[in-house]
Amino acid sequence: MIDIPLGEWVESFVDWLYNNASGFFNGITVTIDSMVTGLQSVLLFPNDYLMIVILAIIAYVMTSKGHKPFTKGAWKAGGGMFIFTILGLLLLHFMGYWQETMQTIALILVSALIALAIGIPVGVYASRNDAFDKIIRPVLDFMQTLPPFVYLIPAIIFFSVGNVPGVVATIVFSLPPAVRLTNLGIRNVQQDVVEASQAFGCTQRQLLFKVQIPLAKPTILAGVNQVIMLALSMVVIASMVGAGGLGQAVYKGILKADMALGFEAGVGIVILAIFLDRVTQSLGISKKQASDEE
Amino acid sequence: MSKIQVENLSVIFGKRVKEAQELQKEGKDKVEILNQTGCTVGVSNANLEIQEGEVFVVMGLSGSGKSTLLRCFNRLIDPTTGSVVVDGNDITKINEYDLREFRRKKMTMVFQHFGLLPHRTVSSNVAFGLEIQGIDEDTRIKKAYDVIKTVGLEGYEEKMTGQLSGGMQQRVGLARALATDPEILLMDEAFSALDPLIRTQMQEELIQLQEKVHKTILFITHDLDEALKLGDRIAIMKDGYIVQTGSPEEILTNPADDYVRAFVENVDRGGIITAGSVMFKNPTAVRIKQDGPRAALRKMSKAGVTSIPVIGENGKFLGFVKDNDMKEMEDKGMRDIEQYMYTKEEVTAVTTGMPVAEILPLFLDTDLNVAVVDENKKLIGVVVHSSVIAEMIGKQRSEVKQIREEGGIDL
Repeated sequence: MIDIPLGEWVESFVDWLYNNASGFFNGITVTIDSMVTGLQSVLLFPNDYLMIVILAIIAYVMTSKGHKPFTKGAWKAGGGMFIFTILGLLLLHFMGYWQETMQTIALILVSALIALAIGIPVGVYASRNDAFDKIIRPVLDFMQTLPPFVYLIPAIIFFSVGNVPGVVATIVFSLPPAVRLTNLGIRNVQQDVVEASQAFGCTQRQLLFKVQIPLAKPTILAGVNQVIMLALSMVVIASMVGAGGLGQAVYKGILKADMALGFEAGVGIVILAIFLDRVTQSLGISKKQASDEE
Repeated sequence: MSKIQVENLSVIFGKRVKEAQELQKEGKDKVEILNQTGCTVGVSNANLEIQEGEVFVVMGLSGSGKSTLLRCFNRLIDPTTGSVVVDGNDITKINEYDLREFRRKKMTMVFQHFGLLPHRTVSSNVAFGLEIQGIDEDTRIKKAYDVIKTVGLEGYEEKMTGQLSGGMQQRVGLARALATDPEILLMDEAFSALDPLIRTQMQEELIQLQEKVHKTILFITHDLDEALKLGDRIAIMKDGYIVQTGSPEEILTNPADDYVRAFVENVDRGGIITAGSVMFKNPTAVRIKQDGPRAALRKMSKAGVTSIPVIGENGKFLGFVKDNDMKEMEDKGMRDIEQYMYTKEEVTAVTTGMPVAEILPLFLDTDLNVAVVDENKKLIGVVVHSSVIAEMIGKQRSEVKQIREEGGIDL
């Protein structure tokens, strides 16, 4: 029987990378680490209660977008999230998970930000180049279907343990929807609008920034929401390579079979998930759209 | 020289274009080429000349290649072979930069489904062409407001385009196309998506607008009535070929083949066919002072008519005389036919441009024919009852005979 040592090949490739590109990986490590710790200290800088109020106001403003502020309609749309955010975060504060919560937010935001910074331009390029689109598709499928545990291993090799391999694994896992939805959004822009813009003498750049991206915006922002939610779903897995935050608390709970610890941190993740989902979902609603519906 | 010249223009879509071209040269049709090479022929060997300031309509059913032809003018589609020469420049050969400048300054387009930017206001849509030229905001918005007024959309400048009705959206499309002051306007089924009432209204407004702006307009439609109404000249397309080019009247009176004939059969012809094409040219006439009743009678019997026009100096039309009057004069021995001539009160003279629909009522109270005169009132033709009726109903003699046989009662 033929035995294909695919695993060994990958291993030796990873070894080769480690030996020859360690400077590059060190650079990435330092950058990501400083981003996470920087953001974390910003989030932890204000008083806990002040931070709760700030986050609740963000939730209110985002979810009531399109309505005139401080009207009945606005309160109807955003009031629920406002109260939920205050109660949820107070609960986390009094359970003693404040620091972990902020740490998790920092990890998610940094991962999502990097994933979007890579994913959106790649998606734009894929939308304009059919050959590239065909190549990138299976790569994205691979990234999404390969169990995340598998790429934790090279992540540890390259970035040792801590927040950085967690962030890298999260980026890999959460990147595909940014590419896919940006690509889809731009391709779905009505053909006659694109044709009309070309007929008026648009350059490719003008076509992209004045027509395609604005019209694809709702789809692209749906991608942003997906990226953030996928990043959140990675927090527990990322904690296996040493990433901190609520994920680590859940992981500890699993290892110690500590139901109380696991449950508390788990509830914390759910609260964060609801908060992030609602806030980023409303990114896609434009002011004009919402006021039309009133 | 004409404004736009299209020479031997062909568009073939597909991979085996070379083979398809060979087959095309051999005279194979669209279906054969598709079966043998998998290539779709959009336009076959089109030749057109479009004059400055005219409304040129290309008419054909869907799939006839008319929209493809139009897109070759601003190269939204690149023609496979042939040239499109605008003001002496071959558009098919210019580089990307010049093409962009050409699209920005010289030729704009109006689309069937409007192609407006839904995330922008009316004024910002109208100013779009100026915006991409890099013109500053104040100037372009001011220009946009002016053009919006021209198309009758005042008060809607800051509305989002999605809030407007179809007719209004197309006005925005038209305003956008006019805002850059192009010389040539391409209109791709511009009114086809509108409901009939609005469509008629827009057609009339376009005609009025054209009187003001005098653009060279290339209009695509599948609606023959629209083509006849708007077009100074019309080209009819079928399966990628231009089968006939001519004025609306030429197409109605002299269809090039059965395809065109079938098209024009059910058209309301009365408003388009004019006196000039139904009249008998150079009719026999009697000369006042020179010809007497006897000469008049002889001319009438030779021509087989019962009345005959009377002309004066330089062929000027004066009136008609009838045969029974002439007989009476002859019997009485009178000489001067002027005494029995029907003049102004009973007789009508029209110019060649008069549509037959308007001539028909003139026959109501008289059995005299209608004279056709030029600007110096010189007699150039005579319109008789039967030819007006024949043109109005647009049926041929054989068809009339058939109606008589089938519908009449045996006596």
